[in-house]
Amino acid sequence: MELLIASAVGILSAAGIYLVLRKRTFPVILGMSLLSYAVNIFLFSTGRLMTGAPPILNKYQDMAYTDPLPQALVLTAIVISFGMTAVIVMVALAAYLSSRDDRIDMIHDQTTGGDSQ
Amino acid sequence: MNHLLIAPIVLPALVGPFIILVLRYHIDLQRIFAIASCVFQVILGIVMVSQANSGLVQIYELGNWQAPFGIVLVLDRLSAMMVLLTASLGLAVVLYATGSRWDERGENFHALFQFQLMGIIGAFLTGDAFNLFVFFEVLLIASYGLMIHAGGTQRFLAGTQYVVFNLLGSALFLLALGTIYSVTGTLNMADIAQRVAEIPIQDSALIRVGAMMLFLVFSIKAALLPLHFWLPASYANAPLPVAALFAIMTKVGAYAILRMYTLAFGPDVAATAGLLDMWFLPAALLTLLIGAIGVLGSREIGRLMAFAALSSVGTLLTAIALMTPVGTAAALYYMIHSTLTAALAFLIADQIFERRGGEIAVKPVMSQNGLLSALFFIAAIAIAGMPPLSGFLGKIMVLDAARAHPLAPWIWGVILGGSLITMMGFARAGTLIFWSGYGLDQKKIPISQNHDNGETDEDNHTSSRLTLVVCFALIGPLIAHTALAGYILRYTEATAQSLFNPQVYIETVLANRDRPVTSSHDDDDAHAQHDETQSHVSTEEEH
Repeated sequence: MELLIASAVGILSAAGIYLVLRKRTFPVILGMSLLSYAVNIFLFSTGRLMTGAPPILNKYQDMAYTDPLPQALVLTAIVISFGMTAVIVMVALAAYLSSRDDRIDMIHDQTTGGDSQ
Repeated sequence: MNHLLIAPIVLPALVGPFIILVLRYHIDLQRIFAIASCVFQVILGIVMVSQANSGLVQIYELGNWQAPFGIVLVLDRLSAMMVLLTASLGLAVVLYATGSRWDERGENFHALFQFQLMGIIGAFLTGDAFNLFVFFEVLLIASYGLMIHAGGTQRFLAGTQYVVFNLLGSALFLLALGTIYSVTGTLNMADIAQRVAEIPIQDSALIRVGAMMLFLVFSIKAALLPLHFWLPASYANAPLPVAALFAIMTKVGAYAILRMYTLAFGPDVAATAGLLDMWFLPAALLTLLIGAIGVLGSREIGRLMAFAALSSVGTLLTAIALMTPVGTAAALYYMIHSTLTAALAFLIADQIFERRGGEIAVKPVMSQNGLLSALFFIAAIAIAGMPPLSGFLGKIMVLDAARAHPLAPWIWGVILGGSLITMMGFARAGTLIFWSGYGLDQKKIPISQNHDNGETDEDNHTSSRLTLVVCFALIGPLIAHTALAGYILRYTEATAQSLFNPQVYIETVLANRDRPVTSSHDDDDAHAQHDETQSHVSTEEEH
């Protein structure tokens, strides 16, 4: 299981970073999503991996339990990254519709930042 | 518990939704509520500073869960100072946005503004690393909205880059927090500090990785050199009053570095000692230099001010990188100055932009040329660090603090050289903008400049005097900052002393750690674990 989780995090981050470095916004957004999946799995595993154990410590101290905190953190992280993906899709869409070009590197910007307002 | 601590977070958190839900179609009422909220935040900030001035560290346990398990807000000298600074800046910018009618050029300006203030103030007050992440996200989400306020192609393109860059930063933040949690088993900053101090040096690899990733995240926010690329394009293409508010955003990064790297990963902690020594200072010096060169090379007024802000962040980070109490006291003094002047500079840039467009080139003379040139001159000497304003005192303090450092000649050379280059850049821009004008054909100016959104032509004529009043009013705090330098320096010195001796902070935060919940030990543990879950679930609901 450690190997599975570790390789999932590694592969997702590698694919995410590759896509983030692309030139157009759509692959970049996909890359951001993959990266956030990698982060979520990583966060989940920071409380040590444990199968079939309850996420609370109960009276019977000899019973194994899994750390509940990372699970709460992952929930927060999922909500935030989901919302952020929606935001960037909208911003990128606005940029695409007003410039008719979805390059992310602002090729027209070099000298004439001035006409933006 | 003192409920004052949560007031500056709750106030904008209530006013923001109220503006969206109730005052949606009443711009005048929106303005009244937004300004009133900012005034109250300034008052709260003043009360906080006066309470923290005695050296008292106060904590506020959210939901009354004790410290390592629940989330705490901590008020010490540093956070109180930053809250007051944020609130004052917010008040100035919201008045300016009202006066210049920037708030009418797009939707929901005032609501986003309140959320932005809530995020920034929350980041300054929180004592929990994950809660810091949440407040970073709150301020970032609001800043995405403000950054693309009023629209326009360039602004959307720059906004996309800004969002992508910061999302990458957030991902890195989570990775860093996960790593730190997996080593220390806690996310409370004071608790992290205690646990990290106990880690033996041979087991320190993972915590060093975590600390380093966390530093990268804060460097992105603070725009330290290799990670500064987002700043000039974002600031130059954001609405300039919003850029004035963003002047505090880089300081959030600087604050976070200062907080975490004195409290948890301080210079005396064996596990993470020497982590930043090699390159933090050179990177900060390069940031300063790149900013100064950017000022000299800018062809557009927004970009000029953005690079000036970058250069002053470089100076600030240089002082922090010394990692001595004296350096930190100087850094905090300079931080106030740098925030106020950067905001002033962006507001003046907006005034110039409205009258003649952003290019730094020879153009027809604009209206109120003399008045604006006077303002520009004051901002320029404040940024470059010329006497008599506080930039001069701030830089002297930084230079003085650097005297004992082995790299002192480099620090002195770069700070003084950077100031000279900045001054030349401002002299060049000022000459082109104010002295080389020709003709008096003012009617043509707005029409030729505003082809992006034609409706702003009208606004140029109705922009009220309040804008200039705010610009001049911002000079007031600068003069006060200079005249009362002794008092302020005493405050920042006390702040720096308590930052480098964090025992009081740690003890106050963890004072209730062993507060008994029930009599039996077993039950105690069960409740403690339960608290942990509960408090974090409630955070999700809040945010």
